[in-house]
Amino acid sequence: MLNHYLPVLIFIVVALVVGVVPLLMGASLGPHKPDSEKLSPYECGFEAFEDARVKFDVRYYLVAILFILFDLEIAFLFPWAVVFDQIGMMGFLAMMIFLAILVVGFIYEWKKGALEWE
Amino acid sequence: MHDFYQTGWWAVIWSIIKIVIVVVPLLLGVAYLTLAERKVIGYMQVRLGPNRVGFRGSLQPIADALKLMFKEVIIPTSANRFLFLAAPVLAFVPALLVWAAVPFGPDVAISNMNAGLLYVLAIAGLGVYGIIVAGWASNSKYAFLGAMRAAAQLVAYEIAMGFALVGVLMLAQTLNLSKIVEAQAGGGFWSWYWLPLFPFFLVYFISGVAETNRAPFDVAEGESEIVAGFHVEYSGMAFALFFLAEYANMIFVSLLTTVLFLGGWYAPINTPLLTWIPGLVWLLLKTAFLLYVFLWIRATFPRYRYDQIMRLGWKVFIPVTIAWIVVVGIALETPMRAILR
Repeated sequence: MLNHYLPVLIFIVVALVVGVVPLLMGASLGPHKPDSEKLSPYECGFEAFEDARVKFDVRYYLVAILFILFDLEIAFLFPWAVVFDQIGMMGFLAMMIFLAILVVGFIYEWKKGALEWE
Repeated sequence: MHDFYQTGWWAVIWSIIKIVIVVVPLLLGVAYLTLAERKVIGYMQVRLGPNRVGFRGSLQPIADALKLMFKEVIIPTSANRFLFLAAPVLAFVPALLVWAAVPFGPDVAISNMNAGLLYVLAIAGLGVYGIIVAGWASNSKYAFLGAMRAAAQLVAYEIAMGFALVGVLMLAQTLNLSKIVEAQAGGGFWSWYWLPLFPFFLVYFISGVAETNRAPFDVAEGESEIVAGFHVEYSGMAFALFFLAEYANMIFVSLLTTVLFLGGWYAPINTPLLTWIPGLVWLLLKTAFLLYVFLWIRATFPRYRYDQIMRLGWKVFIPVTIAWIVVVGIALETPMRAILR
């Protein structure tokens, strides 16, 4: 069991090295001539006239919440699908009832306009 | 005790060798995918594409890499320095890590873990942090907008992707990617999962295009409206890491689609004429074909509007995948299962 995840642990270290080394090489090999114009945030040639951390559309927040609901749903479906053959008709019907409840919620949120982006 | 250390250290060295064998060709593949993209799109638009560096442009990726290496890494004054530099690494590391579970042949993988598909889904989901951290840390309006769009889009398509994977699991009855391929053995082309799971195959691949922020789903970068989106403030190697991550993810999505739906390393027709060719060749051929489809899509379709992207993800893909899970489930509970298994 553990010997399957040792390579992953080593891979994390290797991937970090492969990610950080080019960054360091780029920073050390490239020129370094900063000036205030170059270091200002890009805004089509204008001076930036306010901070970029502005209010943003609440729908992004809504999408994040919906994502949590559906991703949990997938987390439930994964183990169910893997043992599908062993749980028989009862297991299948139980998940269908669960899915039906989810679909009712999905229709409600659709009708409420939570998925509209116009 | 001494023996334990021996085996322990050998295990570490063997893992590093396997990782190098995967990562080096992967990075070369990424480099030449950028050339292939420019060439293919060039020819599709009746241009030649890069043809100056080396024979017909064959050294172009090397020249690009060297040039990026010697460019200044600019850190804007208003940016959060640490997060700004951490973001490209955060995007790049998951793009490499997903390859740990990818099978290149029967039980040939860096780690042939039994929860392979779950691992892949979990690690691939981490990629969104690199993008959102980049957009936030840049403290630039375009970067911020791009990051918000990218996050909402990735999240929406990840759900459709997850539902598509459930269908594969219902048929394969295992999370191990190598065993999922073996479950598709037998009748060649017709026993692969693309046929019984056709809606999932389409949804998975299109979601893959959306997950990698490729055209026509590239509103996160959207050159003509928000310049370059989340990586507008990045230059030099910091930018290159985002670029590498995007292309590595493209190759990964193509390879995983091959593994899950197109029979992995099996030949399309079960005759000795085709089965003597090594499985790896078939795997890479199918992956290359899907990568070509990626480029083909980019050269063919105009960019989606953001509301259209969200509508496709939430109102088309999610209902379709839920419905097809029910259909597959019912089919497996009736005598039709003989056809599916």
